[in-house]
Amino acid sequence: MNTYERPITLAILAMGGQGGGVLADWVVSMAEAQGWVAQSTSVPGVAQRTGATIYYVEMLKPSDGRSPVLSLMPTPGDVDIVLAAEFMEAGRSMLRGLVTPDRTTLIASTHRSYAVGEKEVPGDGIGDPLVVVAAAGIAAKHTIAFDMQTLAEKNGSVISSALFGALAGAAVLPFERSAFEDAVRSGGKGVDASLRAFGAAFERARSGATEPVVRRVESKMEMPPRSVGQQQLDALLERLHANLPENLRPMAYAGLSKVVDWQDARYGNEYLDRLEALHALDVEAGGAAHGFAFTDTASKYLANAMAYDDVVRVADLKTRASRFDRVRREVGAREEQLVYTTEYMHPRMEEVVGSMPKSMGNWLIANRRLYDGMGRFVNKGRRVRTGTVFWFMALYMVSALKPMRRGMLRHSIEMEHVAHWLDVAKGQLPSNYPLAVQALATRRLVKGYSDTHSRGEAKFDRVLSAVPMLAGRTDGGEWLARLVLAALADEAGKALEGALSTVRSLSD
Amino acid sequence: MAERSFAREVEDLKLGAGEVFRGEGILAITKALLQSGVAYVGGYQGSPISHLMDVLADAKPVLDELGVHFESSASEATAAAMLAASVNYPLRGAVTWKSTAGTNVASDALTNLASSGVKGGALIILGEDYGEGSSIPQERSHAFAMKSQMWLIDPRPNLESIVKSVEDGFALSEASNTPVMLTVRIRACHVHGQFIAKDNKRPAYSMKEALENPIRDLSRIVLPPMSITVHDKEKLTQRWPAAVNFIRDQKLNEFFGPDEGPVGIVLQGGMYNSVIRGLQLLGLADSYGGTSIPLYVLNVTYPLVDDELARFCQGKSAVLMVEEGHPDYIEQAVNTSLRRRDIQTRVAGKDRLPMGGDYTAAVMMKGIESFLTEFAPPLLGNRPPIPSADLVLASPEVKSLADVVPARPAGFCTGCPERPIFAAMKLVEKEMGTHHISADIGCHLFSTLPPFNIGGSTMGYGLGPASASAFNVDADKRPISVMGDGGFWHNGLSSSVGNAVFNKHNGVIMIVDNHYAAATGGQDILSSRANNPLRSTNNSITKAVKGIGAKWVRQIDRTYDVGKMRDTLRAALTSTEEGPKVIVASSECMLNKQRREKPLFSKSVKDGKRMVRERFGVDEDTCTGDHACIRLSGCPSLSLKHLDDPLRDDPVAAIDNSCVGCGNCGEVSEAAVLCPSFYRADIIYNPSRTDRIVARVRSAVIGFFQQRRRVRRVSFV
Repeated sequence: MNTYERPITLAILAMGGQGGGVLADWVVSMAEAQGWVAQSTSVPGVAQRTGATIYYVEMLKPSDGRSPVLSLMPTPGDVDIVLAAEFMEAGRSMLRGLVTPDRTTLIASTHRSYAVGEKEVPGDGIGDPLVVVAAAGIAAKHTIAFDMQTLAEKNGSVISSALFGALAGAAVLPFERSAFEDAVRSGGKGVDASLRAFGAAFERARSGATEPVVRRVESKMEMPPRSVGQQQLDALLERLHANLPENLRPMAYAGLSKVVDWQDARYGNEYLDRLEALHALDVEAGGAAHGFAFTDTASKYLANAMAYDDVVRVADLKTRASRFDRVRREVGAREEQLVYTTEYMHPRMEEVVGSMPKSMGNWLIANRRLYDGMGRFVNKGRRVRTGTVFWFMALYMVSALKPMRRGMLRHSIEMEHVAHWLDVAKGQLPSNYPLAVQALATRRLVKGYSDTHSRGEAKFDRVLSAVPMLAGRTDGGEWLARLVLAALADEAGKALEGALSTVRSLSD
Repeated sequence: MAERSFAREVEDLKLGAGEVFRGEGILAITKALLQSGVAYVGGYQGSPISHLMDVLADAKPVLDELGVHFESSASEATAAAMLAASVNYPLRGAVTWKSTAGTNVASDALTNLASSGVKGGALIILGEDYGEGSSIPQERSHAFAMKSQMWLIDPRPNLESIVKSVEDGFALSEASNTPVMLTVRIRACHVHGQFIAKDNKRPAYSMKEALENPIRDLSRIVLPPMSITVHDKEKLTQRWPAAVNFIRDQKLNEFFGPDEGPVGIVLQGGMYNSVIRGLQLLGLADSYGGTSIPLYVLNVTYPLVDDELARFCQGKSAVLMVEEGHPDYIEQAVNTSLRRRDIQTRVAGKDRLPMGGDYTAAVMMKGIESFLTEFAPPLLGNRPPIPSADLVLASPEVKSLADVVPARPAGFCTGCPERPIFAAMKLVEKEMGTHHISADIGCHLFSTLPPFNIGGSTMGYGLGPASASAFNVDADKRPISVMGDGGFWHNGLSSSVGNAVFNKHNGVIMIVDNHYAAATGGQDILSSRANNPLRSTNNSITKAVKGIGAKWVRQIDRTYDVGKMRDTLRAALTSTEEGPKVIVASSECMLNKQRREKPLFSKSVKDGKRMVRERFGVDEDTCTGDHACIRLSGCPSLSLKHLDDPLRDDPVAAIDNSCVGCGNCGEVSEAAVLCPSFYRADIIYNPSRTDRIVARVRSAVIGFFQQRRRVRRVSFV
């Protein structure tokens, strides 16, 4: 009895709808065509609907006409090949003990398909793929990882073809490339595209080239140019270069670009006025020792605060030619196809009065009956067909209100809010530098429109209210940063409530 | 029409003697039924036996040729009752369902069937939904066999054994006049393997012959005194001994390995592959089933054949009972059997094997190792290293994966019409506070998971509203209950809606109608909208509930209208009308719709026809990354992306190309007043002449103003 001869074992970790079944079928039919006995199993059913699922294949040659007895489930520590159709699924395979350094070749696509739990977080809930990279480094005997989803799409196919190609390229099965390709051909559907993706992945896996996995795209931080050939803008650039240290200029340039685009060059000057004043305070508070983190943070969040989202902004962005082009690109429209967009908008009275001159807006708010009466007319969903002349002109006219923005009610509200926020931060600057920096960064919480916006502002106010409690602590900045993260953890603010009560207990 | 077509697999059902059948376990069973001369087949779909139903539905020509009657039963109870045809007539019949869910539903009929006994072979194929990947509570079918005195076959999980068991099952049923259950676990249902086919057989006695020559036998009717004096006595004195004799004589149970040995293993047939692999990993078996430990494989797990068991245990100091799940019915029976004969062999089992969960090879390996260590340590030899991932799992790198690898439960598909229903419910809850919500079985149960987190209980198929029936009291809030169209026709019409009408229940009943039994694979049901030549469809749910007396009934034929859904739900919660407030929320299952429409669309585009495809997008520069839209949607195609803008911290929403343009995200953002970032893009394929002219005019005007602004704009970007 030869107890050492054992089947080749292969597990496929995929999500429902990714074609894991097709892939398992290819492996089986290939092995069978080569005179092997192959067995695959899976658990479809409801797990199929976007849930994570495992397909498992074993194969062995029959011996003396005796068929092997094959297992229906993978055994941790006893899997030769793991194919993961998504990067976190590769992580899951390791968590389940299917990947071990003595035998497992891990073939994984590095692309991400985010789970609901990652997506629903109000902040950034996306899992760090570098943890998977680190784990693969110690768990797998050999790893082949690249973005097979993109490779498959580029070749007009789906990820299963690319995974199959990578499996062939990994040369871990005792079958020739042609045997793999025959299996794809015998499958019958979309053969040409499948073989293209297969071939590309095969070469890629064979070349052994891996690509670095990153958690998020690198932010575009550019040193501002000296001149862009436009007088007003060049004046702004000159100011930027003259008055800010070099390491702060990329972020300040990004901020400056945003506010100028939002309003005009004069607004850019207003931004620099504020920023330079903050920088002067920063210098005074010994910010040089902190790399002027205060100014740097201010340059980012001040720009966001000054370029708040109002109807003028939305109308402006929606009517730009560049936006029309981007939509065409995003939906993958071909040259000869026509594309029309319909915007889903829901204006409320708040937006209407916000766009009125300050005094008029306040008068209307005070006149409740008129306000509510108009609200009934205004407050409803509207489908705006931006590609038609009528609707385009409607949005275009709203965006044409830009020159009057500074006098609008909304602007005065926003500017008051900015002033208060900056005052809180400035108040801490001389005594608690890190806390002052974090007070600025609290601005991250203000986002969204209407209800979302109010919720964000409420969280912002609550977090900012903790500043006095933390003023005396050297780790106050860290605590405030924690509060911001807690506020971004869930919609209802449960995590924030917990974190705040901790902070309160600190000061007791 | 089911979501998957089995046109190709149907060809495999036609294979003749000597040809090799290659395919899934569940298809092999279908083929085995035809080889056994079955006269009628019924059942109710559900994982893991949906494919059996689907393939039979697609196999009408093959069945017609053989004279086999097939129908999709209204419920498992209907299917079980169908076997009554085998009580008086020598007709072989088979039914199938998901167990134990379906067996629970069927047990009324099964009890009566088992009491009457059968003349023709009656086989119940149970898709045992147990262990990892299961969608139901973890119970065992074994109990049903014991309580009703039916026999339970649990074959080794390879196609050859499974097919043989089907044939044996009919023969056993006929030899003992007892219905036989054949259980096949999830993975065995979906295992790919092969067997040598036989010719299909026409039924020896046809349905037509039976119907035209009725037989009435009072002794087969379940009515006292018959059920007590005749049936129960028969069970004990005739049917049981006949079954035991048949199982022994026909060698349905199998012995492997050496005849003698200090210890042995008794196992359910279904556990065979795991046991062999466990032994192999311990160096005690090879890859081809050769084993140095004697095995007694119970392909029939109920009833036990006492002589066989005694023979196997005699002379062994101990046996290991391998029995998956709890309670340990077989282990208890083995102990009783041995004690009665005063055989002193120790019975190990649940004392070292887990009470619950899958008996995987790894579990077997550990259990057998522990057994041998105690009772026959020399057999373990020099103990070769056994596979283990413990070292890797203990490393900090792998441990920290637990923090980043997200849970990924099943959820609503892209474009699912049920998503807007629950988005509307969340919106109503924001206005009126949280409510008691009774959920039900079906895709809509995914609403209990993130991001919706709606629903507090589920009691069984079609029982959502019934499970809210205690809350028929005066209060400031009303209970809301949910039920799918599948559950509605399975049982809900009477048990839930009828009950609510009769008891003047004031709660809200939301019937989610997606035109199919979607969760089980998109099978047609009474209210399906498609024209199915073989079945009667297009029977309205609204008419049905009105027909049994519901007064407040609203039908919504486009669930994607989130505003309307919300308003209707609010109206239902506030209406002063007495009795249940029934909302029939109806839109076609997107999975099925896409399967039907996608090929047509592609073909039309290819033919040069003007076609419009809709899909949604998010303007990344107006999206602020709050993700409120995702918390009200959860659509797989609504995802996130990080921008390279240094001013942004959080990822923005993004819609990928898998979007089917259902419109839910736009409707939600409008109804919930979220943000203006969503847009619908209408992509016109093969635009007409008029399209092109209009587009030229529009882009001339729009382009003029865009150009004007671009020139005047002072901006770095």
